[in-house]
Amino acid sequence: MPAIPDWGDKRFEIMIGRLLRYGVFLAASWVLVGGIHYLLQSHSEAMNYKVFRGESDDLRFVREIIRGALELNARGFIQLGILLLIATPVARVAFSVVGFALEKDWLYVGVTLIVLALLVYSLSS
Amino acid sequence: MNTLEFTILVAIGSLLAGLLGSLTGLGGGVVIVPLLTLAFGVDIRYAIGASLVSVISTSSGSAAAYLKEGYSNIRIGMFLEVATTIGAITGAYLAASTPTRAIAIIFGVVLLYSAYSASRPPKASSTDDQPDRYAKLLKLDGDYPTAAGKESYHVRHVPAGFSLMYLAGVISGLLGIGSGAVKVLAMDQIMRIPFKVSTTTSNFMIGVTAAASAGIYLHRGYIDPGIAMPVMLGVLGGALIGARILPGAKVRTLRMVFSLVIAALAVEMIFKGLKGSL
Repeated sequence: MPAIPDWGDKRFEIMIGRLLRYGVFLAASWVLVGGIHYLLQSHSEAMNYKVFRGESDDLRFVREIIRGALELNARGFIQLGILLLIATPVARVAFSVVGFALEKDWLYVGVTLIVLALLVYSLSS
Repeated sequence: MNTLEFTILVAIGSLLAGLLGSLTGLGGGVVIVPLLTLAFGVDIRYAIGASLVSVISTSSGSAAAYLKEGYSNIRIGMFLEVATTIGAITGAYLAASTPTRAIAIIFGVVLLYSAYSASRPPKASSTDDQPDRYAKLLKLDGDYPTAAGKESYHVRHVPAGFSLMYLAGVISGLLGIGSGAVKVLAMDQIMRIPFKVSTTTSNFMIGVTAAASAGIYLHRGYIDPGIAMPVMLGVLGGALIGARILPGAKVRTLRMVFSLVIAALAVEMIFKGLKGSL
C-alpha cells in the first residue's frame, strides 16, 4: 500500500491552514491600516498609473520596506503588509518540511526543501 | 481621477471579482488584470503585480477550509509545485523581456480558455490507463471521502502532468494569475486525479506558485502599494462574502454569466493588444 496521509498528518495540515488564515488576516489588517493612513495623506492627489515607472528602491527590497514601514511611511507600511502576505505560502512550505520530517518521509522532506529553496531564491534574488 | 476615487472604485471592482470568483470557483484573479487595464487604464505590469498579490490572499485564506474537507493531496501538490515554482520564476523573468502588447494577447487567449473550460461540465475521466511507476515511487496515490466511504485513486501520466504543470507555472508568472484552469486540466484530465481532489489541490498550489513570481515582481518594482491595497482588500472581502452565501447560490447560471464576461474581456484584451493601445 502506498503511504497515504494518516490522521495525524491531516491534523497537522489543518493547523497549518489555520495559521495561514491568521497570517492573511494579519496582513489584510496591516494593509488596511496603512491604506487609511495613505488615503488621509494623499486622497486628492492625481492618480497616474498609465505610465509604468517602476517602484523606487524603498518599495522593492525587504530591508528597505521594513525600514520604510518603521518610519511610518504610508506606502512602505502597506508594502510590508503585502510582503507579509507573500510570506504566507512560504511559511506553509516551511511548515510542511517539519510535517514530513515528523512522519519520517525523507523523500518528501527533500521535495519540499526544493520548493522552499526556489521560493527563497525568488524573494532574495 | 484622484487617489481616493481610484482606490474606492478599484476596491468595489475587486470585491465583485472576488465574490464572483469564489461563487463560481474560477478565482477572482483572472478578471483583475482586465479590470485594471481596460477600465482604469493602469499599465499592465502594475496590474499583474496587484493581481498576483490577490491570488496569494485567496489561496492562503481558503486553505483552512479546503484542508478540513480532506480532498486535497499534499504530496501531489508538493511534488507538482517543484514544476510550477520553476515555471513561475521562468514566467516572471520572461515578463520583463516580453512586449506588453504580446502579454495582453497571451492573456486574452488564456482567458478564452478559462471561460471555455468553466462553461463545460467536468468530464468523467477514464481510469483504464496503465498505472504509472513514478506515481508509486513518489507515493502520489491516495484516497478521498465520498458518500459511500473512502475511495482510493491512482495517479497516471506523471511526466506529462509534471510538464504541463511547468507550463501552468510559466503562465502564472507571466500573467499574474493563478492559472487554476491549466492546473486542473493537468491533474484531472492527464493525471486522472478525481475532479474534487484536483480542484482543491490546485487551490493549495496556486498560492505557492504565485509567491514564487511575486518575489521577482516585487524586486522589479511592479508591485505598487496604492494599487495592490484596494485590489487585495477587495478580492479578499468578496471571497469572504462568497463563502458565506455559497450554499444558497445558483452557481450554474452564475458560472455561465461569469464565463461570458471573461470571454468578452478576453476579446477586448486581444483586440487592444493587436492595436497596441494597452
